[in-house]
Amino acid sequence: MSELLKKQKNVEVHKRVNQSYKDGFVTDIESDTFPPGLNEEVVRAISAKKQEPQWLLDWRLKAYAKWLTMELPDWAKLKIPEIDFNAISYFSSPKSDENAPKSLDEVDPKLLETYAKLGVPLHEQEILAGVKRTKVAVDVVFDSVSVTTTFKKELKKVGVIFCSFSEAVKDHPDLVKQYLGKVVPIGDNYFSALNAAVFSDGSFVYIPKNTRCPMELSTYFRINEMNTGQFERTLIIADDGAEVSYLEGCTAPMRDENQLHAAVVELFILDNAKIKYSTVQNWYPGDEEGKGGIFNFVTKRAACNGVNAKVSWTQVETGSAITWKYPSCILRGDNSRGEFYSVALTNNYQQADTGTKMIHLGKNTKSTIISKGISAGKSHNTYRGLVRISKKAEGARNHTQCDSLLIGKNCGAHTFPYIECSNSTAQLEHEATTSKISEDQLFYCKQRGISEEDATSMIVDGFCKEVFKELPMEFAVEAKALLDISLEGAVG
Amino acid sequence: MNFKRCKLKRLDGQNPSYEKNKIMLKINNIHAQVGDNKILKGLNLQVKPGEVHAIMGPNGAGKSTLGNVLAGMEKVQVTEGSVDFLGKDLLELEIEQRASEGVFMAFQYPVEIPGVNNMYFLRAALNAQRKYRGESEMNSSVFLKLVREKIKMMNMRDDLLRRPVNEGFSGGEKKRNEIFQMSILEPKLAILDETDSGLDIDALKIVADGVNQLRNADRSFIVITHYQRLLDYIVPDFVHVLADGKIVRTGDKSLALELEETGYGWLDK
Repeated sequence: MSELLKKQKNVEVHKRVNQSYKDGFVTDIESDTFPPGLNEEVVRAISAKKQEPQWLLDWRLKAYAKWLTMELPDWAKLKIPEIDFNAISYFSSPKSDENAPKSLDEVDPKLLETYAKLGVPLHEQEILAGVKRTKVAVDVVFDSVSVTTTFKKELKKVGVIFCSFSEAVKDHPDLVKQYLGKVVPIGDNYFSALNAAVFSDGSFVYIPKNTRCPMELSTYFRINEMNTGQFERTLIIADDGAEVSYLEGCTAPMRDENQLHAAVVELFILDNAKIKYSTVQNWYPGDEEGKGGIFNFVTKRAACNGVNAKVSWTQVETGSAITWKYPSCILRGDNSRGEFYSVALTNNYQQADTGTKMIHLGKNTKSTIISKGISAGKSHNTYRGLVRISKKAEGARNHTQCDSLLIGKNCGAHTFPYIECSNSTAQLEHEATTSKISEDQLFYCKQRGISEEDATSMIVDGFCKEVFKELPMEFAVEAKALLDISLEGAVG
Repeated sequence: MNFKRCKLKRLDGQNPSYEKNKIMLKINNIHAQVGDNKILKGLNLQVKPGEVHAIMGPNGAGKSTLGNVLAGMEKVQVTEGSVDFLGKDLLELEIEQRASEGVFMAFQYPVEIPGVNNMYFLRAALNAQRKYRGESEMNSSVFLKLVREKIKMMNMRDDLLRRPVNEGFSGGEKKRNEIFQMSILEPKLAILDETDSGLDIDALKIVADGVNQLRNADRSFIVITHYQRLLDYIVPDFVHVLADGKIVRTGDKSLALELEETGYGWLDK
């Protein structure tokens, strides 16, 4: 290639890299934001703002007191810069939300524009008109506040409750009280304690007995304000024989400062019930120098309390400067099943330490772990997983497969599988591979006319296939596109 | 509409420059090395449309390197000489551009690409080449028809199409898949790099059959092989002996038979 051509190519690549985070816009909306800082007053103020009952305030305060005694965990293979918790604002809501929008018409049009940019199918009419093939009910969390939930009425007909967490506290306090903090206790870890103290909103789902939720449920999270943290909580309960598929997506603007996201997700699955929980996480990862990006510390846990309960976590993690996340399954009910399918991609200076915990308590419980880690640039990607078979878990089985793919010479892939087995009838399988996209593979593809970039994306897509096939159709397409964008500039 | 037709015509027809002098590939005094290891030392070769050239020679003579020079493998460094392909300076082109210009290599060791469906791969390749040539993308139904037609011709089992590229294929299946890809991509110049290696006689016949079906007045082949055996089935117009980085003898198909008897020992004398 001539020098000039090379230069031109470089400029192009550079342009594309700079454009590569397509969700990096900021929405100019008047908002109501707390001044930065964290103390008991702030916790009280959040609770007051949300007009919460006393029991919830007490719960928050307990969590805050607990958090003060805890320290940031350092066992993960992550370099976490010091986080100044007093530089963060713990509550921000779009101002137009002051009187809580009652319908989409009352929502700030700029906000709707934001979601249109994000491709969130907010307008029910649009969906009903068949623009989207399948119906998806959406809850949208913008900074700290849930702004709208669609399809509520239709869901209500079959008894499904899908609303913001704040609404659930008002309208279904008994359910919230019964389940909140029961699988992720406030003192579980540093970030769950922080979340319990300052969480602002989130989604709540209840699927009644023997009901199959008639549509996919979905939440889109968006951090917009500068210097704010996002601390949402999701609580999903599938009663006996219930079934639901839930999706979440997340994006944030490009900012030079790091922003904190510390969420908690709790799932409860009762007898013969099923929850499928899919995440496409695309928080801003920072720029190619490693500046900015979201710190993503998330605690997700599912309690399979019933017999034959089943939970399936599928995650595609491409965003965030730091990802610290271990969606876990407590398999308490006999014959209950837990699944974890993960694709985690890191590029530039991103760091991810992610995996799962499968805690087998019941008899004949089964778990499957399939983890695909892709590292490019100067990033580090770690799989960390625990499979614990308790004494009483007769006949428990686990199959774990974790594969790592390296792109380039300056990245790292690490695998930390922990196995604790206290029952001799258990069957455990563990497979792990590490591979590189080989020169031979690229040469082969290019010899057939396929460009290096397309070849890489094809090879990566093939590598992730086992996980992508677990995603709902539309999400799978989005996930593949996201991988391509995240990999731009990783090659050549 | 007219515009499209015009483009298609240009591509279907011959490039005027090579129509005139009837030389498709002109390799002129090529010197090439891998690292410090000089492998090709002044190789010359001319190939006209429709011709089949067999390249034979002892191990390490540079046969595969010749193929890699033409395909553009990065670790093979060309230090001297030129390659003209249909009036273009081939060495100036990127690997994928050469492919789109019509250079195809059937690999000695086709790589596996786990999780990537064979059909999907091939359609991506075909459309990348079509795009390069300014043609419209082929939609999946037209492509499927094309595949069905070719798979019959190649005598291939169609379950191979749904499997990931070369993954879990037997040696014979991999080689057959290469020829099948060739049939879809319809190159102008096909390089077969030791396609016969590791094949039993039945598999060899099937692969050779496939190649013979693709022979026509416009398509040329460079068949790199150790053994005369393959040339019983793919009958060459020329046989070249490559030794120590140069072509040292050229003849017709009888030269291959002669080599089978005498071996390469005479080269040392």
